Amino acid sequence: MTTARYERARPVAVMIERNLRIYRHTWALLLAEILEPILYLGSIGLGVGVLVGHLPGLGAPSVGYPEFVAPALLATAAMNGALNETAFLMYNRLAVERIYQPILATPMSVGEVAVGEIAWAVLRSVMITVGFLGVIAVFGLVASPWVLLGVLGAAVIGFCFACVGLLVATWVRGFPDFQFVQLVMLPMFLFATTFYPLGVYPRPVQVAVECLPLYQAIQLLRGPALGQVDAALLLSAGYLLVLGGLALHWGLRRLRRILSV
Amino acid sequence: MGILAQFVFCGYMLAVCGGAVRLSGVSVSSRTSVVSARGLTKTYPPGKAGSAFTAVDAIDFEVHSAEAFGFLGPNGAGKSSTMRMIGCVSPPTGGTLQILGMDAADSGKRIRARIGSVPQDDLLDPELTVGENLLIYGRYFGMSRIAIAERSAELLEFARLTDKADARVQALSGGMRRRLTIARSLMNTPDLLLLDEPTTGLDPQARHLLWERLFELKRQGVTLVLTTHYMDEAERLCDRLVVMDHGRVVATGSPRALIDTHVTREVLELLIEPGTGAAVAARAYGVADRIEVLADRLLCYTDDGERALARAHERGLGGLDALVRRATLEDVFLYLTGRSLIE
Repeated sequence: MTTARYERARPVAVMIERNLRIYRHTWALLLAEILEPILYLGSIGLGVGVLVGHLPGLGAPSVGYPEFVAPALLATAAMNGALNETAFLMYNRLAVERIYQPILATPMSVGEVAVGEIAWAVLRSVMITVGFLGVIAVFGLVASPWVLLGVLGAAVIGFCFACVGLLVATWVRGFPDFQFVQLVMLPMFLFATTFYPLGVYPRPVQVAVECLPLYQAIQLLRGPALGQVDAALLLSAGYLLVLGGLALHWGLRRLRRILSV
Repeated sequence: MGILAQFVFCGYMLAVCGGAVRLSGVSVSSRTSVVSARGLTKTYPPGKAGSAFTAVDAIDFEVHSAEAFGFLGPNGAGKSSTMRMIGCVSPPTGGTLQILGMDAADSGKRIRARIGSVPQDDLLDPELTVGENLLIYGRYFGMSRIAIAERSAELLEFARLTDKADARVQALSGGMRRRLTIARSLMNTPDLLLLDEPTTGLDPQARHLLWERLFELKRQGVTLVLTTHYMDEAERLCDRLVVMDHGRVVATGSPRALIDTHVTREVLELLIEPGTGAAVAARAYGVADRIEVLADRLLCYTDDGERALARAHERGLGGLDALVRRATLEDVFLYLTGRSLIE
């Protein structure tokens, strides 16, 4: 039983091993991805935060602006980390380098390759999160020990967007198409309550924002970071897991059609 | 020059005869079938641009243990599609395909574990070093680290890449890349090695080095299946081959047998002014058993090239240039399909 389960996990572990090997040469990229939200936090969280002051009604007694923005930046970093890893790199490996072909000439299957790449992307999201949490802890921006729940939250966010990225990779026709990805990602980053609470929007817009996966991702991290742990977190996690599952199912079908014709 | 040519020719004949002796030494009953295809068909579903396309059209063939078996044909003949089906990366759409005693339809994973595959464009992992390419490839087969370390040291030696172990793949020459690809395909010590156009794009020296490596593998008892559109490669490497055209098998046999069956022993080539083919062919009628007209030459098929040449000279032909050569697989292909192989 255990060996059977190990046999099933082994191909996934091999894909992670391959990525870890590559990271020996490109580990600086991960630092850059941790640095990006920190720069945002420095400029907007601290800089703009001075103008904004404290946000009433979010926590007791009130929440500082950097504490409010930090989890949203973290959610965004976890999202970008996972999505870029699958959408961009998987497209590159699929269509440009075409390295999945020789891998599939071994006992590895399309599903194992894809799940392995997603597992790696999740791992990366978690690594980015741990790095970022470490830095904000040093800056004293941690409001609650519940923030550690964010590591688990980052894994859920990573899973969701890695799967969406896999689906994107099967649709992309060339590198210019990634502009369309940016066209979706940037507005989502700006409007998914990253920099201000949902309350600023009129109700109909609120509903639309609530439907954004990044909004749910931010909710998943912001609550615990501010010490608010409730059942609504399960709803956000559920939303992300279901979206990820659907994207994975569809993406795998498309990937099989591309790779095993 | 003449001595050299004779030497090369004798070497060639030795190689061919050696192969024949070895093959005939194996009794037919003891030959085990490594690949067996019956009515094998591959039809691609209609794409956005067009209708369904049948790349491989109900072909039959049998690959025996420890032989080198070739698929010969022009681009688009269905060679690569056939190779992908044998490699269990592309499911057949019709017929049956048995590989190493297993059914390709339901045992793909187990078959792939015992196959080595050399794709047409190498497809090495550019994000990894030479050594890492072998290491990770071994991991795909579930090999232990110790086994991988041993095997990759051996294979780097075999591929003459030991001093390149830490180099990035991009830094390798075309020939080195090809050898690394072959080394990679041998990581799992395969019983069956698939090579899709192994020497396309290589310079002559790199080709010869590669052939040497392939002969060595054959001596070790590895069954080789390869595609090529090079005649000399097919003649040198293959014990038996099938000629494919438009997804069908048009002939099967050893290179020598194919030449003996379908064409004469020798060919007289007469160079002509382009466009004068039909007229010259009419004047050359009777010089040889059969005459083919190409754009810039006539091919006169005969068992005695020198006599045909003398006759041609009598008729005032061959003024531009003429040469007598042995018939090759290229002539077989031309005869079977009415087209030359490399267009």
